[in-house]
Amino acid sequence: MRGGAGGPDSPRTLLDPDAIEDLALGATILGTGGGGDPYLGKLMALQAVAERGPVRVLRVEDLPDDGLVLPVAMMGAPTVLVEKVPSGKEIETVVRTVERRLGRPAVALMSAEAGGLNSTIPVVAAAQLSLPLLDADGMGRAFPEIPMCSMSLAGVSATPRAGADDKGNLVLLETVDNVWTERLSRTATVEMGGSSIIALYPMSAEEARHSVIPGTMSRAIEIGRALRRSRQEGRDAFSALLDVTRGRRVFQGKVIDVLRRTTGGFARGVATIDGLGGDAGSVLRVEFQNEHLVALRDGVPVATVPDLITVLDSDSCAPITTEGIRYGQRVTVVAIPCAPVWRSEAGLRVVGPRAFGYDFDYRPVEEVEADGAPHRD
Amino acid sequence: MGHRIGIDVGGTNTDAVLLDERDRVLAKAKTPNSDDVMTGIAEVARKVLADAAVDASQVTHVMLGTTQVTNAIIERRGLSRVGILRLGAPATAAIRPLAAWPEDLRARVEGPSALLPGGVEYDGRPISKFDAERTRDAVRRMAEEVEAFAVTGVFSPVRHDDEERVAEIIREECGDAVVVSLSNEIGSIGLLERENATVLNAAVTRVARRVSKAFEEALSGLGIRASLYLSQNDGTLMSLEYAMRYPILTIACGPTNSIRGAAYLSGLAEAIVVDVGGTSMDVGVLMNGFPRESAVAVEIGGVRTNFRMPDLVSIGLGGGSVVRETDGGVTIGPDSVGSHIVREARCFGGRTLTMSDVAVALGLARIGNVVPDVDAGLAERAYARAVRMAEEAIDRVKTSAGLMPVVAVGGGSVLLPERLAGASTVLKPEHYEVANAIGAAIAQVSGTVDRIFSTDNRTRDSVLEEARQMALDEAVRAGADPEAVEVIEVEEVPLAYLPGNAVRVKVKAAGRLKGY
Repeated sequence: MRGGAGGPDSPRTLLDPDAIEDLALGATILGTGGGGDPYLGKLMALQAVAERGPVRVLRVEDLPDDGLVLPVAMMGAPTVLVEKVPSGKEIETVVRTVERRLGRPAVALMSAEAGGLNSTIPVVAAAQLSLPLLDADGMGRAFPEIPMCSMSLAGVSATPRAGADDKGNLVLLETVDNVWTERLSRTATVEMGGSSIIALYPMSAEEARHSVIPGTMSRAIEIGRALRRSRQEGRDAFSALLDVTRGRRVFQGKVIDVLRRTTGGFARGVATIDGLGGDAGSVLRVEFQNEHLVALRDGVPVATVPDLITVLDSDSCAPITTEGIRYGQRVTVVAIPCAPVWRSEAGLRVVGPRAFGYDFDYRPVEEVEADGAPHRD
Repeated sequence: MGHRIGIDVGGTNTDAVLLDERDRVLAKAKTPNSDDVMTGIAEVARKVLADAAVDASQVTHVMLGTTQVTNAIIERRGLSRVGILRLGAPATAAIRPLAAWPEDLRARVEGPSALLPGGVEYDGRPISKFDAERTRDAVRRMAEEVEAFAVTGVFSPVRHDDEERVAEIIREECGDAVVVSLSNEIGSIGLLERENATVLNAAVTRVARRVSKAFEEALSGLGIRASLYLSQNDGTLMSLEYAMRYPILTIACGPTNSIRGAAYLSGLAEAIVVDVGGTSMDVGVLMNGFPRESAVAVEIGGVRTNFRMPDLVSIGLGGGSVVRETDGGVTIGPDSVGSHIVREARCFGGRTLTMSDVAVALGLARIGNVVPDVDAGLAERAYARAVRMAEEAIDRVKTSAGLMPVVAVGGGSVLLPERLAGASTVLKPEHYEVANAIGAAIAQVSGTVDRIFSTDNRTRDSVLEEARQMALDEAVRAGADPEAVEVIEVEEVPLAYLPGNAVRVKVKAAGRLKGY
């Protein structure tokens, strides 16, 4: 499929099984080590598309101003997700519930989070309900909490938000703010057996135009396709990845230590990478909370949230998740510029390094690179 | 207690060793695999007995490590059609069974499937009420079309009553002889991977029965009346009866046996083991005398499973690996002349330059019947490259940066030098070339406990201690030496659904056979 500019009359694009494979791979890159394994979502999407036909992808400009756009996502603990696959009916339940509450039908569905599992769940939804999918998301990557999205930043309410489980239970939330939506959604999800499908941030296309991150589905597909093709054609996958993401190679080396602990429902930890080649003599420390948060070269930050920090196998260029990283792996760390919305003062307040408890400010990865040397305060 | 024979059927050769009651190697034999495999087994067994002048009646145990189940899956041969029952409806409907299987394997194995009520949440609460009548209907509908059943309930590793009830219904409908595989006995958390493994287990049961029958016949033909065992992927033995229920557990016993054999031959409990064959080099880690297990999903024949498998780094570097000169230097493999080495390698008068030729040219080994014509500079560059490849592979499997001893086994290990970066020492123990068969012969017997305990009014430690003791007793009953039996695996799953702070504890203990 094709991303980028084009009027409302430009050819519509279709998500077929090949595009879904590419989307899942690209979404793993955008997952920055977390976001949930897109493998299950991919299998669900392939089944839905085989039954209902490919999904149409539209740009936000293609929609009527007052048309209802509805993001759909899966929420829950990774160990539950891998064991209790959804029934598939949850999706229709949550979409219809929000539609009924607002008294109008959705004209398009959307991904709330392009990184990880929630890249492919909305594809399942769109196929099942024969609705188009918006080429956009609310993060341009993966983040751990509901308010960490561009819609929230733009003042869109996360509610009415519907959540359903496999058994047919349904919870509709109206909350005073999006932090409460996060809190009550978690509680309901735990009671539902640790996972649920949710529809949230209902908005008009007009609102969406000012609040979503456009082009992220096609971006994920493009990334996945670039990686797949470079492998098929025997070209350097890293160059292909850096080209398509405008990313920077931050470091290459060997993992010499991984420290993990689970606190407050989050998987936190640190991977230490000993430099090889041009990076010999230096050490990179990658810290994570579900997703990679910061990369420190010899103690100095060289990439931080909200920029995307992705750890890849140096041989295969396969992305490595925070659960999969371990001693001895030869890895290359790539930093990818985040969506511009996160670089605003308001954006950094929500997802900048200080929002995750760090005592330093964000510097775009391009600036660190342009200095030719690590940044020092 | 008498003598034991360990047999390993590998990719190219069938190896055997005869050990006495004190584990001394009395004889060893190697022969190329026969097409029916069993002729090869009979041949090596006969040969070790003849070489050691030991009478068949003195053999009390025979242990077989075989890749035949693995090969049946990889080559899609002899597989049964399986009826697939999944419990958890309406959950899990979004991904049907065998979703990501390769089409050709699926075509051979997939029978009718049914998604039925049952299964539990992560905390053991039921997802939906088990429905005996619907289950019975589904079983009846499948019975005509399938030879085996696979039953997978959501979160059955937490609570498996529903799987047991399905098994009972299948037996009522189809008799006791029908093959039924239950997922909670086979895999851990991860529904699709566990279901895949359960279906594969059901599909290979017929192959396993044939292997076991032929194994028995090959040995009784030689007059051997011994206890027979198959080795499994965790380095312990299964009785033939047990192996018939869980044949999928024989997967990956080859690398396990070579690592265990290396442990025995070197006397080390912590080491890196490098097994070099004709085509590839497998590098694994010995921890507490057992192979370190892989933490990531393992594919078998293109199917994702969540088995405990040895964590290996495999690279295309073996005695038959093809060596090529390039502009900038030299490349090795990943292709190999394999078992054609005796025709194609230069040291056998052939035209292909292989790593064996490099080793002969450098005076490191005597292989073949011709001194190969190899440019000395090229040979040195190729050798340096091979050493670097081996060192990198060794470094990749290490868990920490410190030096570790390296044990080299397998016929191709003559390629390895006396020193390697990252290795405190490089050991090439006697009988290194039959380490696999030795690993099978010295494999341990085990006992497993899988039970729910209440932690009310007692400490967690005392519960674990009770479970450990039960597993140790079980292993001793199975024939392990009480002096040498040890706990090798403990898994604890808290069960929030039961009153009394219940916990499901699985403990496996293993030890060497007693009587030496």
